Amino acid sequence: MSGGLYSMEDNDFDQTLDLKKIKPYGDTMNDGKTQVSFTLPVPCCDESIEAAKQMMRKMGFENPQIVFYKQLMEGFTFFNCYGSTTHTVDYTTIHVPKVESTTMDMHEVDDYAKEHIGRKVVIVGASTGTDAHTVGIDAIMNMKGFAGHYGLERYECMEALNMGSQVPNEEFIAKAIELKADVLLVSQTVTQKDVHIQNLTELVEMLEAEGLRDKIILCCGGPRISHELAKELGYDAGFGMNTYADDVASFAVQELERRMNQNK
Amino acid sequence: MQTSKLGLDFKKVESAKQVSKNIAEDVQKFVDGYTTVAVERTLCRLMGIDGIDANEVPLPNVVVDHLVDNGVMNEGVMFYLGNAIAETGLSTQEIAEKISEGELDITKLTIHTKEEINAAVQPYITSSLDKIKTRRGRRDEYLNTIGEGKKPYLYVIVATGNIYEDVVQAEAAARQGADIIAVIRTTGQSLLDYVPYGATTEGFGGTVATQENFRIMREALDKVGEEEKRYIRLCNYCSGLCMPEIAVMGAFEGLDVMLNDALYGILFRDINMQRTIVDQYFSRVINGYAGVIINTGEDNYLTTADAFEQAHTVLASDLINEQLALIAALPEEQMGLGHAFEMDPELENGFLYELAQAQMTREIFPKAPLKYMPPTKFMTGNIFRGQIQDALFNQISIWTGQGIQLLGMMTEAIHTPFMSDRYLAIENAQYIFNNMKGIGDEVEYKKDGIIQKRAQKVVDDAHNTLTAIENEGLFSALSKGMFGDVKRPIDGGKGLAGVSEKGANYFNPFIDLMKNRK
Repeated sequence: MSGGLYSMEDNDFDQTLDLKKIKPYGDTMNDGKTQVSFTLPVPCCDESIEAAKQMMRKMGFENPQIVFYKQLMEGFTFFNCYGSTTHTVDYTTIHVPKVESTTMDMHEVDDYAKEHIGRKVVIVGASTGTDAHTVGIDAIMNMKGFAGHYGLERYECMEALNMGSQVPNEEFIAKAIELKADVLLVSQTVTQKDVHIQNLTELVEMLEAEGLRDKIILCCGGPRISHELAKELGYDAGFGMNTYADDVASFAVQELERRMNQNK
Repeated sequence: MQTSKLGLDFKKVESAKQVSKNIAEDVQKFVDGYTTVAVERTLCRLMGIDGIDANEVPLPNVVVDHLVDNGVMNEGVMFYLGNAIAETGLSTQEIAEKISEGELDITKLTIHTKEEINAAVQPYITSSLDKIKTRRGRRDEYLNTIGEGKKPYLYVIVATGNIYEDVVQAEAAARQGADIIAVIRTTGQSLLDYVPYGATTEGFGGTVATQENFRIMREALDKVGEEEKRYIRLCNYCSGLCMPEIAVMGAFEGLDVMLNDALYGILFRDINMQRTIVDQYFSRVINGYAGVIINTGEDNYLTTADAFEQAHTVLASDLINEQLALIAALPEEQMGLGHAFEMDPELENGFLYELAQAQMTREIFPKAPLKYMPPTKFMTGNIFRGQIQDALFNQISIWTGQGIQLLGMMTEAIHTPFMSDRYLAIENAQYIFNNMKGIGDEVEYKKDGIIQKRAQKVVDDAHNTLTAIENEGLFSALSKGMFGDVKRPIDGGKGLAGVSEKGANYFNPFIDLMKNRK
């Protein structure tokens, strides 16, 4: 088991920060300390503890410590482990695609829209396909919003409609046409077996078939959605965890303004 | 005289129950006049019809669609099946098969007398009631021999999509101490107007509810229960467009707990209110008869509305659900009325408010095995804080004597539970339930303190809400968004086409027989 409360290991590694080779930080620069937990499909015994250690080494950890183990049922054992990773990452060369807009609060968005757009922005949102979860789309659209960020329904410059959950892509598009939507928001919470990818892709294809894709600002969101994934699937923007109505609204008005100017 | 640790005014509670009763009776006046395609399919199943046709359409759907196509669904399957038995001498299953093959039109046969029709259906009625009674007896025998876990029952979900994988997960959970295993249904099943058939291995976010899947899981849990010397309850979802059908399948296969709440379906699945309220009545009659604990879905209101501001809507809905269940002869001991621990963790004294509400719910429904839902809305990727949120939730549950503890998973916001998540959740609950066992008996609340005042206010607000609903009528109140901030029109939503006013020949003998426990 563990070697007691105090680390007796020699710190004979280079302890200066090098952004070209960063490592996890426990309590000393470059110690690489990482906590990992997993279950192995084997009984709880000396051999399975050794298996967990070897698994840690194969994952790139030095000095693996199995600090806790417990048989969950016959043939399944749970492990809590610590180790020092041998891998490093070059932080200086990282480039992450991001939604390119300045995030404004509700009043700033309303002012921006008044000045640059001069009419209401029509936004239609839904949790589409078989997805029954409304938590995401509600957090973004409903008047009350989430965690202190008011929802789009509260924005003066928005005509926002939340269609709720389990909306088929056909109905979603029909509503977009009916309301002459500027922006479509698709929320996807269930991601088991990549059902969200199929559904999101289908929507893009249907919009293209209708000749609507270029006329609409298309956004998707959900806990497993990133901007990068969204772009890959043919969306204009993706909003993942820790993004709120302000982020969506800011992007929507700035993108709409950009497109309006382009067409002038 | 009941005493309250919260200084609740039980006269006010009594008055709220009376108002709720008026609301429920008003709803029931509507229910009594109508039937639905789901109710009729349920009667087909109670009459011994099962299986699917060459296109995988369930035979109960074939029979009911046959009546719908001939424009006589309003007279009911009991009348036409009874008449067909009397006329042809065939069994109900044979009749269904012949309808499916287009060889028989049961709406065009010579009509027999009422007595002949009643006599023809009698053996089938007796047989299905006996089947359910036998199942119920089997559960009772387990409870009397191997016994059960202590309350609050530990309730966990499995959701692999594959019934055989679910069995592995369920077994692990039972061995770790779970008392109730809920098999989450595949996404979207609530909106199917039929129940799929046979064992299934494909599902999204859950496993298809089928009678065969019920049987497979029941058998597995009985085996584990015998070995662990603890009866393990099985839970599924008696909601959506097939509410009563799922109830009867569960009754046949020995399910113990069913989510069963029309209000939930109306608000969160956009199912038509007329349809589902009629379906709910028959499903609750069946669940009551089968000894199944129902769970109601009030906790969900707090995922869309604020848990602090809207607490009284949860209580108001619990009170209505209690009365709707009583009308269906479902005893209080089987009412898993729902509520939840969903306040914002940033709220100052949030724990005290949660404690007040949990204690209040306990005192207002003293016999009910209350279903207490864990934090979901404010769970994040910070699993370490999540484990603490779940610990606070567990403390309130043991403190206030809840009945069914839906275990919170620290990975709630991330994925369907890993085997290890479930273990950590069960360990969390068992630690707290044991370590704090007697706290509810030991600790009293300060007179007119934060806790007492909170509970009193929620009761007052619920009473006002119920009075408003009584004046408005439940259907109209729902259309105005009184629950969960969600508005649903009376003619909107899914399934309205399947509702029909009962005709002159209509009869459903199961309602009275089951309510009177025959």
